[in-house]
Amino acid sequence: MGRYVARRLLQMIPVFLGTTFLIFFMVYSLPGDPVLGLFGDKGVDPATLAAKRKELGLDLPIWQQYWNYMTNIILHFDFGNQIRNGRPVTEVLGDAFPITLQLAALAFAFELIFGIGLGVIAGLKAGRLADNAVLIFTLLIISIPVFVLGFIIKMVFAFELGWMAPNVSNEQKWSELIAPAIVLGGLSLAYVARLTRTSMAENLRADYMRTAIAKGLPKRRVIGVHLMRNSMIPVVTFLGTDIGALMGGAVVTEGIFNVKGVGGLIYESITRREGTTLVGLVTILVLVYLATSLLIDLLYAVLDPRIRYA
Amino acid sequence: MRGATHAKWAALALAVALTATACGGGDDSGGSGADGIVSSSWGDPQNPLEPANTNEVQGGKVLAMIFRGLKQYDPKTGEAKDMLAERIETTDSTNFRITLKSGWTFSNGEKVTAKSFVDAWNYGAHLKNNQKNAFFFGQIEGYDQVHPEEGQAKAETMSGLKVVDDRTFTVKLSQKFSLWPETLGYAAFAPLPKAFFDDHDAWLSKPVGNGPYTVDSYAKGSQMALKRWDGYPGEDKAQNGGVTLKVYTDNNTAYTDLTAGNLDLVDDVPASQLKNVEADLGDRYINVPAGIIQTLSIPFYDKAWDTPDGDKLRKGISRAINREQITETIFQKTRTPAVDWTSPVLGEEGGFKNICGDFCSYDAAEAKKLVAEGGGIPGGTMRISYNADTGSHKEWVDAVCNSINNALGNNRACVGNPVGTFADYRNQVTTQKMTGPFRAGWQMDYPLIQNFLQPLYYTNASSNDGKWSNPEFDKLVDQANAEPDTQKAVEIFQRAEEVLRDDMGAIPLWYQNGSAGYSERVSNVALNPFSVPVYNEIKVN
Repeated sequence: MGRYVARRLLQMIPVFLGTTFLIFFMVYSLPGDPVLGLFGDKGVDPATLAAKRKELGLDLPIWQQYWNYMTNIILHFDFGNQIRNGRPVTEVLGDAFPITLQLAALAFAFELIFGIGLGVIAGLKAGRLADNAVLIFTLLIISIPVFVLGFIIKMVFAFELGWMAPNVSNEQKWSELIAPAIVLGGLSLAYVARLTRTSMAENLRADYMRTAIAKGLPKRRVIGVHLMRNSMIPVVTFLGTDIGALMGGAVVTEGIFNVKGVGGLIYESITRREGTTLVGLVTILVLVYLATSLLIDLLYAVLDPRIRYA
Repeated sequence: MRGATHAKWAALALAVALTATACGGGDDSGGSGADGIVSSSWGDPQNPLEPANTNEVQGGKVLAMIFRGLKQYDPKTGEAKDMLAERIETTDSTNFRITLKSGWTFSNGEKVTAKSFVDAWNYGAHLKNNQKNAFFFGQIEGYDQVHPEEGQAKAETMSGLKVVDDRTFTVKLSQKFSLWPETLGYAAFAPLPKAFFDDHDAWLSKPVGNGPYTVDSYAKGSQMALKRWDGYPGEDKAQNGGVTLKVYTDNNTAYTDLTAGNLDLVDDVPASQLKNVEADLGDRYINVPAGIIQTLSIPFYDKAWDTPDGDKLRKGISRAINREQITETIFQKTRTPAVDWTSPVLGEEGGFKNICGDFCSYDAAEAKKLVAEGGGIPGGTMRISYNADTGSHKEWVDAVCNSINNALGNNRACVGNPVGTFADYRNQVTTQKMTGPFRAGWQMDYPLIQNFLQPLYYTNASSNDGKWSNPEFDKLVDQANAEPDTQKAVEIFQRAEEVLRDDMGAIPLWYQNGSAGYSERVSNVALNPFSVPVYNEIKVN
């Protein structure tokens, strides 16, 4: 087990280097000049432009830029400065990640509790009315685009009923994040419910279930331990990969609810060609993905005793 | 309907979760009356908040509150009035002697002296400081030494600036420019305290200036709290206790916060809300002209567009654009059809005049005739380039093309050509890659007719992206700059503008308005000609 974890951790190093290089190269090959964009519609004094590019190291060949960037990260934990207003990228990331983590955690809890809950209800009553109701509900959620759901929630609960503030304020309280978390977690909730339902309905007919019932185990134990534990494997796989998606893919939700998090930052960095910020962001997201996928693999062994890691 | 009960439960669960947020709504409105705090929408400034490095409106808002320069533009008329300057004297439009009023200090107690100005200007001009507005000091003698076009700077300071005593300094320009004192209200010319040079990083995280407000706290990327400076010596004291600028992800979220009562002022009403704005805000919506003009630039570096009869072609295209209709339907009257190449904020005295005349009014038959006389659209189809990422340019470019196609009776005459990002768009414009007309916007730096003409249409001027060149125009601009009498100078600039019209060096489209909306908590809200709210005059009820 320990050797397996160590091996997986070592594998992260080439993945880390590869992704940073790919992103770096992709940003570099985008058309346009990020420094020029800073001057707006007005004419640019070539001397200032050249001096600014030199200061940012953008006049060097790409392999040299990449080398400087990586050595700074590894030796000094320095992710460079933003082109836009010269803020250190670590500071920008430090502002954006906590709020995104909060939002992702809430959305994750929401989809976990309600998704699995609905899935269990539907799975146990497969083919009956409750199952059909959940089916329709999830279908509805999956088919509504995120921004429509966001605006509907805002319209109904903030403007018509006045139960909540329409936007997340600068204090970014937990309570303000509930609405965006529901919108953000809504789609995944539907997937989780469906996965749980299918998996449970299938395993209900499995041999070990019949054995457990035949042994005379109480119904709670049969469902709670024997059935749930075996049905959770595909759901856990989905939930694991979803953490990364919740953190990096919240562009629309963040925009609607005025959350100044990672999603919006990624979008801005792409349109403004902020290479250093983008690589920093993506690197951290890649690390999150790697860590969660390792965690899931380890969870498999817990859920299914037949799986062993050497 | 047992299914419906389940839906009801789900809705109830959602509702319970959302009620929890109601308690956390939070009320951060700070008092009322003269000490009330105004909350206002903001965007993250693009550059560090140095006066000579701020070239966009978000940073400009802060500078307008914490700095006062030699001149200040009247928020209503745009007229440049003396602020810190007691008098600015010249006999030859080249050598200026500037005397400061006494009694002015920075908010940290340091006196504002002639040296505060000279040091600030030398800092702004020097190449090593990479200030984006450095070219504003380009008229001062010795600029080419501290900011050469290539290579390293050869001097530390500009030879044209000399401190005489605490309250007096002299400026020598490299050529005659009679209206130069009028430009001194621009933020780049603000004085800077010693703290700026001694501990630059500390200053940037909490700027210190000499304006009616001081920075109380600044959380980069989220908000800035400004407090009224009670010791402010000027006459335009703040009428409120302070201003809190809050960063929003976009103008839509800011607008919803305004309608929900969580924000007092938005200075950019989103286009999608213009239809509701009357119903939402009533008379608390402001829509006034700002010093911004939109034009179509022509690539004169492309032989196909620079033909002997090209002026007829360009005039024909101009007459094929139905400005009235587009400003009404696409922009909901937040743009005004252009009748010249300047802006209505200049006023008639400042040089605003219907110079374009018939050439800017829609006439399909005449347009068709002119385009035919001008040799037709080069290549049969012209592509109007714009950047697709910001500013929703697609709608109006498509409308302009529609108008042109209808007028010319040719569905292939004009199409839009979107460019993915602004950075890429500007790259293509400045490297002269355009093969057809392209959108251009100009926001004035100071309310002078010179600022609308010289930087844009003078031969090889910094923002002359279309590379239009006309010796007659250049001659008139030089002549106007040397003319000591303001009124005569304006008339000569208008004659230059007529030369521009006769050749149709760029096609004027419309003037952009500044828009703002405010809550019932505040009153006396106005926008200045730069479309920045006049914060110090806002009253909290």
